[in-house]
Amino acid sequence: MMARGFDHALIRAQFPILEPGVHGRHLHYLDNGATAQMPKAVLDAIVRHETRHRANVKRSVHFLAEAATEAYDDARESMKAYVNAASEEEIVFTSGCTGAINLVAYSFGSLLEAGDEVVISALEHHSNIVPWHMLAKRAGVVVKAIPVTPEGRLDLDALPKVIGPRCRLVAVTHVSNVTGAETDVAAIVAAAKAVGARVLLDGAQRAPHGPIDVKALGVDFYAFSSHKMFGPNGVGVLWGKSELLARMPPFLGGGEMIARVTLEETTFAEPPRRFEAGTPPIAQAVGMAAAARWISGIDQEAAHAHLQSLTGRMLEGLEGMGGGRVRVVGPLGLQNRYPVVSFIVEGGHPHDICQLLDEEGVALRGGHHCAQPLMNAFGVTGTTRASLALYNDADDVDALITGLGRALKKLHL
Amino acid sequence: MSDLYQSDLLRLAASADGAGRLEPPRASVTLDNPLCGDRVTMDVRLEGGRITALAHETKACVVCQAAAAVIGRHAEGLDKDGLAAARAAAEAVLKGGEPPAGAWAELALFKPVAKVKSRHACLRLPFRSLEAALAADQG
Repeated sequence: MMARGFDHALIRAQFPILEPGVHGRHLHYLDNGATAQMPKAVLDAIVRHETRHRANVKRSVHFLAEAATEAYDDARESMKAYVNAASEEEIVFTSGCTGAINLVAYSFGSLLEAGDEVVISALEHHSNIVPWHMLAKRAGVVVKAIPVTPEGRLDLDALPKVIGPRCRLVAVTHVSNVTGAETDVAAIVAAAKAVGARVLLDGAQRAPHGPIDVKALGVDFYAFSSHKMFGPNGVGVLWGKSELLARMPPFLGGGEMIARVTLEETTFAEPPRRFEAGTPPIAQAVGMAAAARWISGIDQEAAHAHLQSLTGRMLEGLEGMGGGRVRVVGPLGLQNRYPVVSFIVEGGHPHDICQLLDEEGVALRGGHHCAQPLMNAFGVTGTTRASLALYNDADDVDALITGLGRALKKLHL
Repeated sequence: MSDLYQSDLLRLAASADGAGRLEPPRASVTLDNPLCGDRVTMDVRLEGGRITALAHETKACVVCQAAAAVIGRHAEGLDKDGLAAARAAAEAVLKGGEPPAGAWAELALFKPVAKVKSRHACLRLPFRSLEAALAADQG
């Protein structure tokens, strides 16, 4: 049942890792865009599974195997609910978001012909660039990219030029892992559908912020990972429309993805099993499902308001710091953006900023964020990024701003 | 705050010794640190296998800039073996040891880096770039 309102202290208390602090200081964990921490509900679900139901799935008939199979099936049911899929068969457990996109690039990609086009964007994480480059090399598919605006959003004016009649798939991020900008999915879907192309959304940065409605989005594939949405590492989900998954050949072979194997040939199981070769990440899927249920139990409107307020506080604090040396990279407003804030310090390197802030207990990420084309578009080699989660509060934001001020002094900036 | 960001290291980085480009270089190599995007372009001129001139363009953190400056100060005149010895001195510092006396004694400034594994690559990058430039010249 969803709780009404948002009690930040109650949320924070559910995250044991935040309690002890670091370097003898309170931990201000602002690296949630890389990995979010796990609440006790998720940790307990994993421990309960591993101590009571651990066995392989879909193979044996003993008590533990039945319990493990049921837990794995329940996890799929939870993820179906989280993305509002039409059926559990549309939920494929993968190794993560990268694994999910690679699955589509390999399997859907094998249905494409030389000269067909896949459109990505300059805003993408490498995980939504490299698999398409590999496909281009393998199959002669042409990769095109939607440029970005100076504000770090997709340049929608360029869509007619980039999405042409040979386009078969548009694969773009739902929320940028660098700028926090939310993609105008309706515009992308309209442009893609106009030429009969499919749409894949990389939802890694969107999935932590509440349930997703893939039907309302109108897309064909949706990929996301568990560890950014308060779940364990090593698991993610690919949601795909059933009619598409049914047409796609397997990605990896072995395990329960088969219908029948002889020495001469193999026939394959129906989706989603066709795409889950080998022993799946069972406990991880159980943990991911627990995370999805935990997020779903929070008052989404109140949580959104909390994070919007913190994002505004951070943007206000950062912009113009250091006599104008600090500059936010990405949207300065709160419209259509998520709580991921990147900034550059003129004359300062992100690694130095992050190292000095770490000593203040502030955990940030510095570097190119696996988005080198975007860094090139901005003319920088890297940025410093602060990304918020539900357990963050104003104290975390203030620690960043105060610590950054001290770091600038230390670096004589 | 951190002993990593001691004044001497900051001054060394700010000195930017050896910064610039050679026109034309005998060999030029650009290497990145994929973790953080540090980038070093190392230009060299050589005679008889010895470095007669070098210049570096370093877009990087303080540790990497300082390492590039040390190289800018001391690498001229080195051959492949001399550079290997300098690199070994840097590696010794990263393992918590002391650099040898002499030109490379200045590497002692990097001792606090030993404790921060994610920054080891920052110190190594200018050395790797110079090694690659020498290797490129030798075909």
